[in-house]
Amino acid sequence: MNGSGLAPETRTHLIRSCERIVGPEGVISAPDELRVYECDALTFYHRVMPDLVVLPTSTQQVADVVRLCREAGVPFLPRGAGTGLSGGATPDAGGVMIVLTRMNRILDIDVPSRLATVEAGFINLWLTNAVKRHGLFYAPDPASQQACSIGGNVAENAGGPHCLKYGVTTNHVLGATVVLPDGEVRQLGGKIQDRPGYDLLGVFVGSEGTLGICTEVTVRLLPQPEAVKTLLAVFRTIEEASNAVSGIIARGIIPVAMEMLDREIIKAVEANVKAGYPLDAGAVLLIELDGPRAEIEAEAVGVEATCREHGCIELRVARTDEERALLWKGRKEAAGSVGRITHHYYLQDAVVPRSKLPKILREIGEIGGRYGLIIANVFHAGDGNIHPLICFDLTTPGDLDRAIAAGSEIMKRCIEAGGSVSGEHGIGHEKRDYLPLMYSPADLAAMLRVRAVFDPAGLCNPGKIFPADRPEGHGDRNLQSPAMTAVSDR
Amino acid sequence: MPTAVATRSAESGRPLAPAFDAVDRPDREGILDCVHCGLCLPSCPTYLTTGLEMASPRGRIHLMRAVDEGQAGISADFVKHLDQCLGCLACQTACPSGVPYGYLLEAARTQIERRYERPAGDRRLRRVILSLFPHPERLAWLLVALSWYQRLGLSGVVRNTGLLALLSPRLAQMEALLPEVPSAAARRPLPGVTPAVGQRLGRVGFLTGCVQRFVLPDLNRATARVLAAAGYEVVSPQGQGCCGALHLHSGDLETGRALARRTIQAFERAQVDLVAVNAAGCGAAMKEYGHLLRDDAEWRSRAEAFRARVRDISQILAGVSWRQELKPVPVTVTYHEACHLAHAQRIRKEPRLILQRIPDLQLVELPESDLCCGSAGVYNLLQTEMAGRLLQRKIDRIRETGASVVAIGNVGCLLQIGLGLRQAKLPVRTVHPVELVDWSLHGMPDGEPRA
Ligand SMILES: Cc1cc2nc3c(=O)[nH]c(=O)nc-3n(C[C@H](O)[C@H](O)[C@H](O)COP(=O)(O)OP(=O)(O)OC[C@H]3O[C@@H](n4cnc5c(N)ncnc54)[C@H](O)[C@@H]3O)c2cc1C
Ligand code: SF4
Ligand code: SF4
Repeated sequence: MNGSGLAPETRTHLIRSCERIVGPEGVISAPDELRVYECDALTFYHRVMPDLVVLPTSTQQVADVVRLCREAGVPFLPRGAGTGLSGGATPDAGGVMIVLTRMNRILDIDVPSRLATVEAGFINLWLTNAVKRHGLFYAPDPASQQACSIGGNVAENAGGPHCLKYGVTTNHVLGATVVLPDGEVRQLGGKIQDRPGYDLLGVFVGSEGTLGICTEVTVRLLPQPEAVKTLLAVFRTIEEASNAVSGIIARGIIPVAMEMLDREIIKAVEANVKAGYPLDAGAVLLIELDGPRAEIEAEAVGVEATCREHGCIELRVARTDEERALLWKGRKEAAGSVGRITHHYYLQDAVVPRSKLPKILREIGEIGGRYGLIIANVFHAGDGNIHPLICFDLTTPGDLDRAIAAGSEIMKRCIEAGGSVSGEHGIGHEKRDYLPLMYSPADLAAMLRVRAVFDPAGLCNPGKIFPADRPEGHGDRNLQSPAMTAVSDR
Repeated sequence: MPTAVATRSAESGRPLAPAFDAVDRPDREGILDCVHCGLCLPSCPTYLTTGLEMASPRGRIHLMRAVDEGQAGISADFVKHLDQCLGCLACQTACPSGVPYGYLLEAARTQIERRYERPAGDRRLRRVILSLFPHPERLAWLLVALSWYQRLGLSGVVRNTGLLALLSPRLAQMEALLPEVPSAAARRPLPGVTPAVGQRLGRVGFLTGCVQRFVLPDLNRATARVLAAAGYEVVSPQGQGCCGALHLHSGDLETGRALARRTIQAFERAQVDLVAVNAAGCGAAMKEYGHLLRDDAEWRSRAEAFRARVRDISQILAGVSWRQELKPVPVTVTYHEACHLAHAQRIRKEPRLILQRIPDLQLVELPESDLCCGSAGVYNLLQTEMAGRLLQRKIDRIRETGASVVAIGNVGCLLQIGLGLRQAKLPVRTVHPVELVDWSLHGMPDGEPRA
């Protein structure tokens, strides 16, 4: 689908002006090139090309491009690595896409204060790699960490396996340089943790590119733990594994990570990395403990006992760094490996109270059976953050509709169970119509007022998060988001 | 795994009218294996350098898909972004989904070469460069011309030669790539058979390659000596020529297949147990002969049998228990991973292993060791700017290690990195790992280092 139908003169004016700001090699306007920006990692229902793509190399350039868009009244949106799973980095209906991949430098590493400042396009994993030799690491570790940008992490408030103990992105960001939707450059937060007044940085983190574009981020680094122990607990059923998760937490043990992989995922992973997950298991739990050596040894005993109580049939401990890395490689590449068992998947992201895990997983199994679709599960069990991957094939008629319907049912069950429609992948475009299932109109109106304070003109990543946020002329009427279908057939 | 091949676009429902034709068409299943997760992005040297998604594996696959589904044609932009791909296959290593990117690229390039009209200058340049490689004698001729050129500088004679005039913008690049052109004596061919030292373990056929035979003759001699010392009888069969790798990478699958058949035949006649290769690019291509000739009823099984015998030299040497003492080689070495070893053949441990066994040799890791140096077959002659940027990055990393030697298991990279080091005036020597083993077995050479 093409862009928003900008008038040709406006488009030419924007191209010329952007070329002046970032140089001609930083502006993309040929249709065959723009095509690659028509979606992020969510590919199957909402594809829209931007009118042009701009790649700035400095905060000032970002500000200049934003100001230009505002003056021309043209919508714009930021994009990092485009690994987002909710269509957040896909235009709602054209406009200017500001891509931050050329802003990928480290600006400062302050070892004594354990802080790092990087440009927004800097890749998550690079940060841990860069500070390893100082005995430090950056805790939020989304499974996409080898590719996703820190800016994208801030925008999505990304989490990851190790966030069970350490918290998600917002717990690690201390400051950000932000270009507001009117082109002003502002510093939110700074190098110290506690500041008086409203926590505007807290508002910005997780705002999915709708409150401005962050260009520089200051994050907290943590010292590497004294010891790490990684265990793989094998279960006959996913239900037993879920009960073990609750059991471990109930025992007062907080592992750094507790990740669940079910039978289908194990199949996909083993076809890819051969992580050594047993193919005949109903589910495996990947559990990691870190901290002082004596402490984790004691915790490991507790974890093992709990797992056995809940029917664990085998418990392995990684003996070497290589073994540990391999177990994790399997987990980190799990979603990507699903390409081995299906061509398309619809990855859900929802949260349920931990105690409801066995129930919701049973229901997901039933839903899959009813729609005749494989639903694979890999998720952050410790947080109750589930990621059902609904497998389907776009080339099979009706498959997509079935996948979407199955997804909506899962969402509704999660909300009924007292959960949330998004754990960490954001609302973006995909889930915007689910929000009314969770929030009252008054709640939504309050949120929109916050948004309007930052972006009164409604030009900054419009069409995302809020169902009502569809300024005339920018609505995408041909396609309904999956939730829209779900909501309308209720 | 779903197998139905679509007849309508999944997104728009329009009938598919692919701009690719049926001959060597990129496999649709392979394209669909890409789930668009983006995990491959930072592993891709061209994405890393430009930040552009069209210059990324995911972007290139997305463009192929658009062409395959008839949403786009084989346009100049499409060609530009596929031309800029190094074929380094770093994306294949990174991809959790098992996308066969190398095959897709090969096929897409064949479609381009058959169905896209390149601008005349571009077309001629590509033809000339490619026509040199399968013909060692033409290369030799060019080398002689180049050695004159080196001696005389830009003489009128050279400038007036039709071929060289055509090549001239790239000639400087080609000339710069070459170390001192070896003397005629050094370029004389290897003996047909080098006997094993001591009891014979087996008979190894040795691919002498079209470039290294002339440009790095010492390397081939060292390889034969080391294999013999390991207990192998070394045969370099008559009639072997170019392995076809460069053609396969440049969209000329037909010539590639012809060269593959010739190579297979030459080694069949020589009746060898294994085929040893010291150029990663050639080894990678030869290991793919089975795939290349899969639709050829007569050759399929011969190609499979051949493929199964091919070994990179490091794979052979990693398993050898040396019969003679390895002597100390007290140098600090860093190891650059050739793409066609690390990514195409997934060989990473063996070269390091054989270096670590050499007494007193200190191996220091090279940051980004598996990031392409920009050599990539003839890429450095066609995409000079990108190649130059990648080379600069590689040289910076090498400088940071403080090593005095950089070990490299591929001929193209040896030349490319050698060039970078010379230009940067960095006193670091380029060698093939097998040469270090040779030094350890037979003593260090005298004379000027190669870099
Ligand atoms: C295989 C796979 C596994 C994943 N695993 C996880 C996981 O474990 N945990 C998790 O949380 N997520 C996960 N994700 C989702 C995704 O990787 C994260 O949301 C990530 O934070 C997105 O970063 P990005 O750079 O790719 O952002 P993009 O996809 O480019 O953008 C995402 C959103 O952020 C906005 N944005 C981007 N850059 C900026 C900026 N500089 N300033 C303001 N807004 C910006 C965009 O407008 C968009 O709305 C996974 C994705 C994949 C494909
Ligand atoms: S082969 Fe190399 S250059 Fe080409 S897309 Fe893959 S990683 Fe990038
Ligand atoms: S990692 Fe593989 S599946 Fe993911 S985008 Fe790259 S090629 Fe596609």
